[in-house]
Amino acid sequence: MPIVLVGLSHKTAPVELREKVCMPDMALPDQLARLKSPPVPECVIVSTCNRVEVLAHCPEAHAGITAIKQYLAAGSGIAFSDVEPHFYTLAGSKAIQHIFRVASSLDSMMVGEPQILGQIKNAFAAASKEGATGVVLNRLMHKAFSVAKRVKTETQIARYAVSISYAAVELAKKIFDDLSEKTVMLIGAGEMSELAARHLMDHGAKRLLVTNRTYSRAVELAEEFSASAIRFEDFTDSLIRTDIIISSTGSPTYILGHQQVKTVLYERRNKPMFMIDIAVPRDLDPAINRLSNVYLYDIDDLQAVIDTNIQERRKEAEKADEIVLAEVGTFERWLDSLDVTPMIVLLRERLEQIREEELARTLPRLNGVSKKEKKAVEAMASAIVNKILHGPLQALKAENRSDTRDQLIEILKEIFQLEQTRKGPPQKP
Amino acid sequence: MMLKIALGFYLLSTVACLLYFVFPKKLLGRTYLVSAVVGFLCHSVALVQDYVRAGHLPVTNFQEGLSFFSWTIILIFLLLEFRYRILILGSFIIPLAFAALLYPALVSYETKELTPLLQSSWLGVHVTLAFLGDAAFALAFAISVMYILQEYQLKAHRFGATFRKLPSLEILDGMNHRVITIGFLLLTLGMITGALWARASLGSYLQGDPREIWSLITWVIYAALLHARLTVGWRGRRTAIMAIVGFAVLVFAFLGINLFISSYHYPERF
Repeated sequence: MPIVLVGLSHKTAPVELREKVCMPDMALPDQLARLKSPPVPECVIVSTCNRVEVLAHCPEAHAGITAIKQYLAAGSGIAFSDVEPHFYTLAGSKAIQHIFRVASSLDSMMVGEPQILGQIKNAFAAASKEGATGVVLNRLMHKAFSVAKRVKTETQIARYAVSISYAAVELAKKIFDDLSEKTVMLIGAGEMSELAARHLMDHGAKRLLVTNRTYSRAVELAEEFSASAIRFEDFTDSLIRTDIIISSTGSPTYILGHQQVKTVLYERRNKPMFMIDIAVPRDLDPAINRLSNVYLYDIDDLQAVIDTNIQERRKEAEKADEIVLAEVGTFERWLDSLDVTPMIVLLRERLEQIREEELARTLPRLNGVSKKEKKAVEAMASAIVNKILHGPLQALKAENRSDTRDQLIEILKEIFQLEQTRKGPPQKP
Repeated sequence: MMLKIALGFYLLSTVACLLYFVFPKKLLGRTYLVSAVVGFLCHSVALVQDYVRAGHLPVTNFQEGLSFFSWTIILIFLLLEFRYRILILGSFIIPLAFAALLYPALVSYETKELTPLLQSSWLGVHVTLAFLGDAAFALAFAISVMYILQEYQLKAHRFGATFRKLPSLEILDGMNHRVITIGFLLLTLGMITGALWARASLGSYLQGDPREIWSLITWVIYAALLHARLTVGWRGRRTAIMAIVGFAVLVFAFLGINLFISSYHYPERF
């Protein structure tokens, strides 16, 4: 039974299409019930804003893939021929590799973003609740989670900040070791600057000062952050106790110049300052960066940091792909061993059956033997069975090439007449 | 023999710490630290053996001086390492200690009889203090190089492979200040004991010996550095540059005087 995967993602389909195919979490139970059918007995539906994928374990790959494609197209309400070119279909090790990569966030639009793993866990929880997963998919999904964990701990893929606000925190931590004694000043308002301030506070910054041209707005923001508001006219007075400045006002000119900061630095006895200028046009005179112990970053500088971090994440993704490949190998070996297991069970059953029959026939005929002697005869029968089993079992377990293993299984079936055991007692010679 | 074993461990440590700099794996970090500790213990045994054999601290010729310097560097490094736990520091200082030990460990030398002038219990105290001070400045040099590297990246907004490996500026600056303060105290005490010893044996505190002059020059540099920090809050890059200059002067004083200038601090050339 092959594992197959059919889907479309940000790599193959435009958002107009994805949003039609995509399904909300709460619809998953119904959707799984609709999809589950004889050609697709086991399935998991992963649906996020960037991808819709169906992972399935089907008795026959082609029939399964067709059924899934039709199901996805039908759900979208778009003509099959219009959706079909956007699907990718993967089977066997490619499908396994793909789901491992998706779970490890290697296939994400922003490589290394952490949400996808949670989304896949939800998808799996929904599927297993609906009884849509069996031994193979359960194992596969759990393996995908553990691969994602390995990738996260063994590579640095998620360690590089890829948003302005996280980049600010990352830089702050290389200037100041410990933010717990540091004061942050937020000048002006704006989504990005507020987010940066929030992240800095989350990372332990001691105090936040908020200022705005409109004082009431500063007070409002200060309440939201449990910070203190200061009047815009007086903000320079507070610079002496400010370690980190985040500025994003709508001012057409610089609100802080080289000379002012020079004076502040002197008063601060050169304690370092980190300034983040998110405003366009800029708020802080770029000449400030020439002063010792001041580190000024404007929006482009931060964007450059993020760009290099994205490069770093790509490098780490290569390492992650090696981990994924190794794990695909492990999983396939397990899948292969599933092929051997029923054979081992059959063989053991067959021999046990012979043993029991022969004991049942022989023991009553033995007259005048003690219990102890009967035990000995039984033990001997068991020992013979085990000795005979030993060779074939070793051979089965040791054989890891699937074609020669299949040959071996055929031979064993023939020698021990295993197909017949299912139907009834073997013919006596 | 012991000295060669110590050199072997320092070599292992140097290789491991340089590799650690490139590939920051825990195992490499641990390898270099453990081999540095083992090397240090062997080095200590070698020093004790020499001490017992000679009957005084083995610091009376160039090789012995280098060996003792190397030992004090590792000592101060290990103290810092156990206090701050900044493994990357080793990559900047272990190779220096290893290089300093190369000559004394590989080229054999004899410990000569002390000239009557140096036969004094002052010898151990004076030399140990002075060398420990020098070793602290060596560490300050290494920390300053790290600071300059990190500061440049933050200032120029150009981030290389070392950005993530190096600690924050605040930590580096703090460490630097502490090490320089300690080094300065030790150097001062070393100079005081030296002056007292000179007064006792030669009659006056200062002999005008080149080693004394250069020690005074280094002392002035570090004193200025500490003074500027206390008064106008000099810190960061300027301090780091000063510490690098100070150490360069110190190395010149140590090597230059040993190799080219006659001084009673080095009886073999006196």
